[in-house]
This record gives sequence, structure tokens and C-alpha cells, in this order.
Amino acid sequence: MSEKNKASRVGGWLLLLVVMVMTIGVVGTGTARAEYADVVINNYSDEQGMRPVVFPHWFHRLRFRCKVCHADLGFKFQAGGNKIKMSNIIEGEFCGACHNGEVAWSAENCDMCHSGKEGTKTMVHGSTVQGLVSPVGIQKFTKDEKSQYEK
Amino acid sequence: MNTKWSKAPFAVLIMLSFVITFATANEGLAQQGDKAAPAAAVAKPKQATKGVMFNRLMKRTKSNLPPDQDGIHDPENEGTYMLQPPKEAFQGMPRAITGNRVDWVKMMTDGLISPRADRLDPNAEQEIFEFDVIREVRGSMPDVMFPHDKHTAWLACENCHDDIFIPQVGANQLSMALILTGQKCGVCHGKVAFPVTECRKCHSVKKDTMTKKGAVNK
Ligand code: HEC
Ligand code: HEC
Ligand code: HEC
Repeated sequence: MSEKNKASRVGGWLLLLVVMVMTIGVVGTGTARAEYADVVINNYSDEQGMRPVVFPHWFHRLRFRCKVCHADLGFKFQAGGNKIKMSNIIEGEFCGACHNGEVAWSAENCDMCHSGKEGTKTMVHGSTVQGLVSPVGIQKFTKDEKSQYEK
Repeated sequence: MNTKWSKAPFAVLIMLSFVITFATANEGLAQQGDKAAPAAAVAKPKQATKGVMFNRLMKRTKSNLPPDQDGIHDPENEGTYMLQPPKEAFQGMPRAITGNRVDWVKMMTDGLISPRADRLDPNAEQEIFEFDVIREVRGSMPDVMFPHDKHTAWLACENCHDDIFIPQVGANQLSMALILTGQKCGVCHGKVAFPVTECRKCHSVKKDTMTKKGAVNK
């Protein structure tokens, strides 16, 4: 490899590094304002005329270790991946394992869970991936996606 | 040889990085990209365009906002105001510069919080597994130390083994690209746990002080 070739290689890597750092700068700080790790769950809510559910990780992890939900109760590590229905909750599964009037307040308090803005997509908020693959901020359903539900 | 073409992949990568940077820098893009909307729906108020913003100084945005101002909770919902604002709960907790802006590991090791290890039994003990794995990394970054104890303080073995990691030193392919796209360490880091911008938390082992390769038992 010639010296010139080598120099341009190094230059290329340096430029790449600068761009990567800049990207991470933007991604790492983000412009989304939602609390880190808040999960919006909206597989069915919008469709059923309910506000989407906002699950606050920070609030729950002050009280429970991850293991309680993700090992003992079997919540999968995927926003929306558990396909939760109210019938599950009332039968004591998922959120209903605690939100049963014993460990925590019961399912009657609809608007404490169903507190999200209409049309907010299922996702974990404040994540690096969110920043990388889509514009940061609040993802709304497009008119197209929405009209599918309205049919 | 053919220097012109050997640089082509770089050019593509750099252009891609720029596109990503622009896309992430502009909050308004989400709405602007909504081309499919019929003309009648244009009535919604437009945000003033801020232009493209770079965040070279790594300036931080507002954090720990109360639910009614965080952009995902509906301020018109009564229940929103019954929720606890994060700042209130984080009073007096050790601060961090990323994530929830608190240092969860320190909160746990200093005994500032003691989350339950069982749904019902407040006295259930968490099983801690103490075993540090050191991975040599290529390039100039310090090597990576994975502390089992900090992780098993929160999680159970089956959360990671074998779905995310094969329980054998050196058997797992790891890279920053995988982590950034939400795989391996990135399943949690960058979503719930601190993100990859905190390089030194993981790259913590100076190369010249390495005594052993692979696993080092405590
Ligand atoms: C503990 C939290 C919680 C409470 C309280 C709660 N929900 Fe839900 N609900 C959920 C979750 C999580 C989902 C799944 C959301 C999704 O995927 O869209 C859901 C889904 C739904 C759905 C759509 C799916 C289905 O089962 O049909 C409806 C309708 C619904 N809830 C109504 C209610 C009503 C009415 C109340 C009050 C009586 C209520 N919910 C209280 C957490 C809760
Ligand atoms: C009170 C229960 C609970 C606790 C405690 C909890 N989680 Fe979660 N976690 C959830 C729920 C609910 C979801 C969303 C699942 C869904 O949408 O179906 C979730 C989602 C996740 C995801 C997936 C995010 C994504 O979409 O990529 C990760 C990663 C995660 N949790 C990690 C953790 C870690 C790490 C801890 C401990 C620090 C923790 N969780 C503690 C309930 C909990
Ligand atoms: C391991 C038990 C557990 C599970 C599982 C659980 N929660 Fe909770 N949650 C609690 C406890 C305990 C509280 C606090 C209750 C209190 O303050 O009386 C709470 C409070 C909340 C709050 C109110 C937070 C605030 O600011 O006051 C919301 C919202 C909530 N949970 C949503 C959910 C949703 C949605 C799910 C399911 C996806 C869920 N929780 C699953 C235990 C749990």
C-alpha cells in the first residue's frame, strides 16, 4: 500500500469517527422529553377508543427488581411484545399480577394506566435505537395508519 | 491499486451518518414527513422550523419532566395529574448525566433503595452472582469488564442466559454496532439502563494492567 493511500485511509477513519461522535451526540441527548424507559403500549388501545397505556419503568424499578416482572411474571423484553388484553389483567396476569387491589391499586383506575396521548405509537421512549432509526420525538400514527383503524 | 473505489464504502457510510444526524436533529421531521395527509388536514398549527441543529457541545435537554409536560402523557387526562413526577421521587438520589439522570447502580449499592425481589414478599433475598468477565477489545479503547454482581442485583440468570448471551466466556460475538441497534448489551443499555455514550463505564480496564486473559474471578 502506498503512503498516500495509507494517509487517505487514516483520513477516512478520522472523518468517520467525527461523524459518529456527532451522531452519538445527538442520539445520546435526544430531543424527546419523555422520561427515559417509559413504555407506551398501544396494540389495541387506540383501536378501542382508549388512550394508549404509559408504563413508567422508573416508578416500578424503585419498588421491584427487574426480575419480578421479566423473570417471575414473564414480561418479554419488547415494547408491545406481550400483547396484553384487559381480560388478562383482570385474571391477574401481566399488570394484573399487582394491579389487583392488593399489591397495588386495581384495574378500576383506567386513566392512570391509559394516560397516553391518542395516536402515540408502541415503543420504549428515550432509547438510543429510537434516536438512530427514526426522528426523535413523539411518533404519531400517520393519517394512513389511522384510517385503517377507523374503517 | 484502485484508490478511487476503495474509498466508496466510506463515502456511503459518512453520507448515511449525516442523514441520520440530520434526521435525529430535527424534531419537526416527524410531522413534515406526513406527505400522505390530504390537503384538508393541513390545518394543524405548524411548529416554527428550527433548522438543522447539531449538538456538538453535547448539551443536555430538559429531563425528568412531570407527566403532563413530557410529551407522551395526555394533559387532558385527569389520571395524568395523579401520577408522580420523576423529580419528586429522585430527590436526594445520586445524579447521572444520562438515562433517568440518576445512578441506579449507586442507589442500589448504597442501599438508598431496596426494590422487592419478589412480587409479594418484601423480605425475599435477591441471589447475587459475583463473577467479572473481562473482554479484550481491539483498538485503543480500554478493555471491557462485565460485572455479574451489578446485574444480578436486579436481574435473574434466565433473563440473559441463553436467549441473549451464551454462558461461556468468549463464546459471544459482541460489537458496538449490535449494541447500538438494540441487541446483546443493547437489549437494556440505551433503553432502560445507561446508554453507550457512557463509554468508560464499560471500557474500564486499562490495557497495560491486564494480568489475565478472559475471565477473572473475584
Ligand atoms: C394497570 C394498568 C391498566 C389499567 C388500570 C387499565 N388498563 Fe386497560 N390496558 C392496559 C394495558 C397494558 C393494555 C394493552 C394496551 C394496548 O396494547 O393497546 C390495555 C388494553 C385495554 C383495552 C384494549 C384491549 C382489550 O382488552 O380490549 C381496553 C378497551 C382497555 N384496556 C380498557 C380499560 C378500561 C375501561 C379500564 C378501566 C376499567 C382499564 N383498561 C384499566 C392496562 C390497564
Ligand atoms: C413492574 C414490572 C417491570 C419491572 C420491575 C421492570 N420492567 Fe422492563 N418492562 C415491563 C413492561 C410492562 C415492559 C413493556 C412490555 C410490553 O410492552 O409488552 C417492559 C419492557 C422492557 C424492555 C423492552 C424495551 C424495548 O422495547 O426494547 C426492557 C429492555 C426492559 N423492560 C428492561 C428492564 C430492566 C433492565 C428492568 C430493571 C431495571 C426492568 N425492565 C424492570 C415491566 C417491568
Ligand atoms: C410487580 C408488580 C407490578 C406490576 C407487574 C405492574 N405494576 Fe404498576 N404499580 C405497582 C405498584 C406497587 C404501584 C404503586 C401503587 C401505589 O402507589 O399504591 C404501581 C403504580 C403504577 C402506576 C402509577 C405510577 C404513579 O406515578 O403513581 C402506573 C401508571 C402503573 N403502575 C402502570 C402499570 C402498568 C401499565 C403495568 C403493566 C404493563 C403495571 N403497572 C404492572 C406494581 C406493579
